[in-house]
Amino acid sequence: MELSSLTQCELNTQLRHQGLRLRIGPFIAQIRSSIPSVINGIQQLYADYPIEQESGFADFHVEVSPPRNLRRWFRPQVLFLFDHKSPFKPLPYEQAFPVLEWGLNWCVSQFAHNYLTLHAAVVEKDGHTVIMPAPPGSGKSTLCAGLVARGWRLFSDELVLFSPKTGEVSPIPRPISLKNESIEVIRSFAPEVVIGRSSADTAKGTVAHMKAPIESVRQAMMPVAPTWVIYPRFEAHASAQLISKPKGAAFMRLIENSFNYTLLGLQGFEALTGLIDVCDCYDFSYGSLDEAIAVFDALEPPSTSLNICN
Amino acid sequence: MCQARQVDLLPRLWYLLNDRDLLDELPPEPVRHLESAHAFALAHERGVRWEVECIRRVLLEIDEQIILLKGAAYVMAKLPAGRGRIFHDIDFMVPKGKLNAVESVFLRHGWRSMYADAYDQRYYRQWMHELPPLRHYKRRSVLDIHHSILPETARLYPDSRKLLAAAQPLVKGGNLKVLAPVDMVLHSATHLFHDGELESGLRDLVDLDSLLRHFSQADSFWDKLTERALEIDLIRPLFYALKYADRILGTPVPDYVMDKVQRGSPNIGMVWLMDQMFYRALKPDHVSCREGFTGIARWMLYVRSHYLRMPFRLLVPHLLHKAFVTPYKEWKLEKQAVKQPNRADVLKDVPPEN
Repeated sequence: MELSSLTQCELNTQLRHQGLRLRIGPFIAQIRSSIPSVINGIQQLYADYPIEQESGFADFHVEVSPPRNLRRWFRPQVLFLFDHKSPFKPLPYEQAFPVLEWGLNWCVSQFAHNYLTLHAAVVEKDGHTVIMPAPPGSGKSTLCAGLVARGWRLFSDELVLFSPKTGEVSPIPRPISLKNESIEVIRSFAPEVVIGRSSADTAKGTVAHMKAPIESVRQAMMPVAPTWVIYPRFEAHASAQLISKPKGAAFMRLIENSFNYTLLGLQGFEALTGLIDVCDCYDFSYGSLDEAIAVFDALEPPSTSLNICN
Repeated sequence: MCQARQVDLLPRLWYLLNDRDLLDELPPEPVRHLESAHAFALAHERGVRWEVECIRRVLLEIDEQIILLKGAAYVMAKLPAGRGRIFHDIDFMVPKGKLNAVESVFLRHGWRSMYADAYDQRYYRQWMHELPPLRHYKRRSVLDIHHSILPETARLYPDSRKLLAAAQPLVKGGNLKVLAPVDMVLHSATHLFHDGELESGLRDLVDLDSLLRHFSQADSFWDKLTERALEIDLIRPLFYALKYADRILGTPVPDYVMDKVQRGSPNIGMVWLMDQMFYRALKPDHVSCREGFTGIARWMLYVRSHYLRMPFRLLVPHLLHKAFVTPYKEWKLEKQAVKQPNRADVLKDVPPEN
């Protein structure tokens, strides 16, 4: 059953009381909230997601609610609760929906060490995946949103779940977090995409979330082996340029973008070297989304014989 | 799973299930969390070993020996209680006369006191059984340096010199030691039932269970344990420890030992009251474990731990200071503080942690 098949009243009741069990990629999150912006955000951006039985197992029990003190009314705040406890400081009430999104990211980065988790966007086309690690401000989410709007399948705009056992990346398609100017860029680039309410003045500036395409959500249980690791960098007015990156350098950059490489120890090293071995690695700078997408569409998958030295 | 996570027992559950080859028989969803927790625990153990190695090297400079306590001791002595044991501070004990020398050598090697406040500093140094905690400026690891297992002002006052004298080196001739088995049990019992905050009470009871099961394989362990408890004035905590370990976790304690430690039992009314409190507070602090009076039980045990820590003439001014002066000072500091971006916020898409 998909979330959109719930009536407004059923959705409200579930979110306010027993909790809504949302399947997001390999995880089931039980979410509770009685905050209107959160309920609306979920209704709008998670409409196509499967919902699960209340009696089953849930990976994360989370709640977004106002604190039980004066800050409920006076300059209101909002708390993210995991297992009824708050791992973070409260944030302004207006940011309730982004708080849910950040909280869910936190859950995965804390409790999914059966994967090697990296901070990067992942998209897929014709069975080939691109992993795009990049620091904030490099246009990673914008490029990811642009690719997804042009038919690439969204795995995630934030999180790589790489299984050391299978050597595959699991999708965890969630709304894409767009920041500041990117929101307008994507609105004009792809007027048909659904973008939720903007929250101003967050730690990252203005934030709005773009709904994941329904095909990406429906295929969320289909992991794929990685094909390319590409480090994108937006440069105003620059023409698109794809430059091969030595594997050693690409490996070191990936370590910087990992959540649990150190924690996994030897297993982390073996997983990451395995990932880099099968991928072609590039640095990529671009000035326009159309050009960038043309370059991605023309990517040739690496030949099957491994070229470890590259 | 939520209850176990609340008291850091997920990795322990992984070990218990793995020992019995039961992981394959469970549904895969919870097993993934157990595996994740196990991976975390392995990294934690690696970190602890490295940290203890750093401590050992620092100590070579002053040729001083230390006695590792609690989690760090269980891990370094490779006890079953150390498997999957998660903890945040490294605790160790030195003779009181050596405190200054030991503290200053750590201050010279990158550790800093976590409390800058003069009141806190004086409170620890004058009344407590440990120095104000030290934190390494780079690795953020925290050291608790003890000279006793209970505060100077506590109702029970076990003789630290006896504990120090019986401690055993981890490696022959090395400068790292751990408490003798009986003392290790008594310290764990004292920490849980006389001194501790019960947030992770169940985890601490699981420690006791594990230590007792392991050490009681040796001959005459039980006799030594009860004799030692009488000798160093810790029969009361031992009574509680054996009673609740037996009742809650089914720890095998011989009947004659139970009879012996009855000497540590308080009167029948107190036994009833303690039952009411401990049966509630030793459950994980999770909503699914809450029943009537759980909140009150936890609060009463908190008050009790302070009452046992120090007499009222010291306790009341201390609590007043903590309730009024400290928040005021913190508020003033916060006002002055220049807001600096946290590196974690810049790097990753999560809000700042508490």
